Amino acid sequence: MTEQDKILDTVTKQEYKYGFVTDIESDTIEKGLNEEVVRLISAKKQEPQWLLDFRLKAYRKWLEMKSPNWAYLKIPSIDFQDIIYYSAPKQKKQLNSLDEVDPELLETFNKLGIPLEEQKHLAGVAVDAVMDSVSVKTTFKETLAERGIIFCSFSEAVREYPDLVKKYLGNAVPYADNYFAALNSAVFSDGSFCYIPKGVRCPMELSTYFRINAANTGQFERTLIVADDDSYVSYLEGCTAPQRDENQLHAAVVEIIALERAEVKYSTVQNWYPGDKNGKGGIYNFVTKRGICRGDFSKISWTQVETGSAITWKYPSCVMLGDHSTGEFYSVALTNNHQQADTGTKMIHIGKNTRSLIVSKGISAGVSNNSYRGLVKVASRADKARNFSQCDSLLLGDKCGAHTFPYIECSNKTAILEHEATTSKISEDQIFYCNQRGIGTEDAIGMIVNGYAREVLNKLPMEFAVEAQKLLQISLEGSVG
Amino acid sequence: MLQIKNLHASVDGKEILKGISIDVKPGEIHAIMGPNGSGKSTLANVLAGHEKYEVTEGEIFFEGENLLELAAEERARNGIFLSFQYPIEIPGVSMVNFLKTAVNEHRKHKGLEPLTASQFLKLMEEKKKVVEISSQLTNRSVNEGFSGGEKKRNEIFQMAMLEPKLAILDETDSGLDIDALRIVAKGVNTLKSPHNATIVVTHYQRLLEYIVPDYVHVLYNGKIVKSAGKELALELEKKGYDWIKNES
Repeated sequence: MTEQDKILDTVTKQEYKYGFVTDIESDTIEKGLNEEVVRLISAKKQEPQWLLDFRLKAYRKWLEMKSPNWAYLKIPSIDFQDIIYYSAPKQKKQLNSLDEVDPELLETFNKLGIPLEEQKHLAGVAVDAVMDSVSVKTTFKETLAERGIIFCSFSEAVREYPDLVKKYLGNAVPYADNYFAALNSAVFSDGSFCYIPKGVRCPMELSTYFRINAANTGQFERTLIVADDDSYVSYLEGCTAPQRDENQLHAAVVEIIALERAEVKYSTVQNWYPGDKNGKGGIYNFVTKRGICRGDFSKISWTQVETGSAITWKYPSCVMLGDHSTGEFYSVALTNNHQQADTGTKMIHIGKNTRSLIVSKGISAGVSNNSYRGLVKVASRADKARNFSQCDSLLLGDKCGAHTFPYIECSNKTAILEHEATTSKISEDQIFYCNQRGIGTEDAIGMIVNGYAREVLNKLPMEFAVEAQKLLQISLEGSVG
Repeated sequence: MLQIKNLHASVDGKEILKGISIDVKPGEIHAIMGPNGSGKSTLANVLAGHEKYEVTEGEIFFEGENLLELAAEERARNGIFLSFQYPIEIPGVSMVNFLKTAVNEHRKHKGLEPLTASQFLKLMEEKKKVVEISSQLTNRSVNEGFSGGEKKRNEIFQMAMLEPKLAILDETDSGLDIDALRIVAKGVNTLKSPHNATIVVTHYQRLLEYIVPDYVHVLYNGKIVKSAGKELALELEKKGYDWIKNES
């Protein structure tokens, strides 16, 4: 082993900070999945018939489908009968004020750095906190309501705004889209719903914080964001889970609809429990995220910082239907120890003069494998479509892997598509240079990795960017020494 | 301040330094000269604590402390600064962030509070003047896209920011035009005090016209073959290194 590899070998071992479990009574259903379970979830949420029908259609479709095996991932077989599909922290029925939220729950979110008391909260961020299968609390609802913005849990949206939900649910991600989207459509329990009315610029960041707490439970949340004509919203998503030896499944769906001239920015910092150093435990993260730029001149921008999960399978995508619409994807994916990530995007150009930008930064350490997989597709009527893709990989050590799988399907001669890719290693000389200025090795690596990811981190809202920087550094601790 | 005693060091099992002894006192400037491959850069890197170089024999004391027991970053915080022959680029890391981290590590080591952003920027403005470095450079990523001369100037700028007790300038003159050389030398001289010392590693005596040494050591084949006052540099310039090679 060279000196450099020794160093890198030693800098990636900090314990997962959010691995604690909240001791709270839950309303949990029996393990296993069948049509009755789907009906039971729907009944527990007192859903209308149309939504139950949606779930049942999805469930029946799912039964016919097979788990995808094209990703560069070793996926152990998942026993879907060994998973609990609904678990809700027990609390009083109607929450009129925060005083009625279980203190244990408040404390949990405080520990995660997500205070739900509005006065304590970071100014300018509204939060929907989701634990296991239900939304616990949504902050700043009233402030937002003054502008006509709807921001609430998915369940509440189904009750209060059924027409909106019915109109847009499944638009971007149809229930039969893929195996995990079908599963989600059948059993999704909660999530966030957001509607920005015409001409409104959302005055604060909206955010959903997902927390898995209960053991043996899958989390299947569903987020739907609709930005009406000339509106703007920036949306954040964070996630953590307790440290457990068994793997847990997270199969979420996020749908974004941007109408005429609307703009949606969606940022994720994904920090699900990644498993221990030997690859035991961790979240299996199979997520379908897609946005449709339906209106002309609309724009959807995905930014993700992926540091958690044992397995990540995730391709936030944009369908540019409207003329002159824009799709963007900025990603930092870090894998350490035994983590595996296969992540990227799909940019589907259908409207004329549509533009897309892909910036992907992969960082691999330990014995992990990190793949970028991306599709740029230009339909025959998408005149003058433009895409630029930049895919960089950074390797720490010599036992990890970085892979790039770019696909291009172009049916229009006027399109201009560019792809750039680089692979590099953190050099011993860079670390020594930092050392010589008095900066310790772990800090040096954190700094170098953050510098490498800067282009993407700059796209995150301020508070999130700071968090993400710390997270990248922490996630690498112990990988060098 | 610095005592090097019978230092032997090797890289990848090959012995490069074969018994070097030097004594540097506060306020002194020592020049290490010698032909290519004589071990000059190895000596500089061993002093700074580069892990690629293995010390096989001998001792180094810095202000009474055994330097060989300290990691590179600890040596730096204790006041040893190396101006790199080939400064390293770190893409995406701003000079400001890099130096602020470095300066505050030094302060922490001394038991001082970290500088606030505004205090730091003020310090930077002040030190920029020493090497006539422009804000354009300090606003960029560390050494990224810098010309050879700019990189060297940036090294002296960092030295000004960190105020080391012992500065080791490794071939700081290489790749510099005459104006840049003058600016760098002026910077080094401005930072000179009776309390700090400088080791200048160079091929040519050109730099020594601007940074005047108290002692000149000639390194050849891993050993110091001659030590004398500043006049030795001139003699070398005239006679070339062959003269030393033949003598040794």
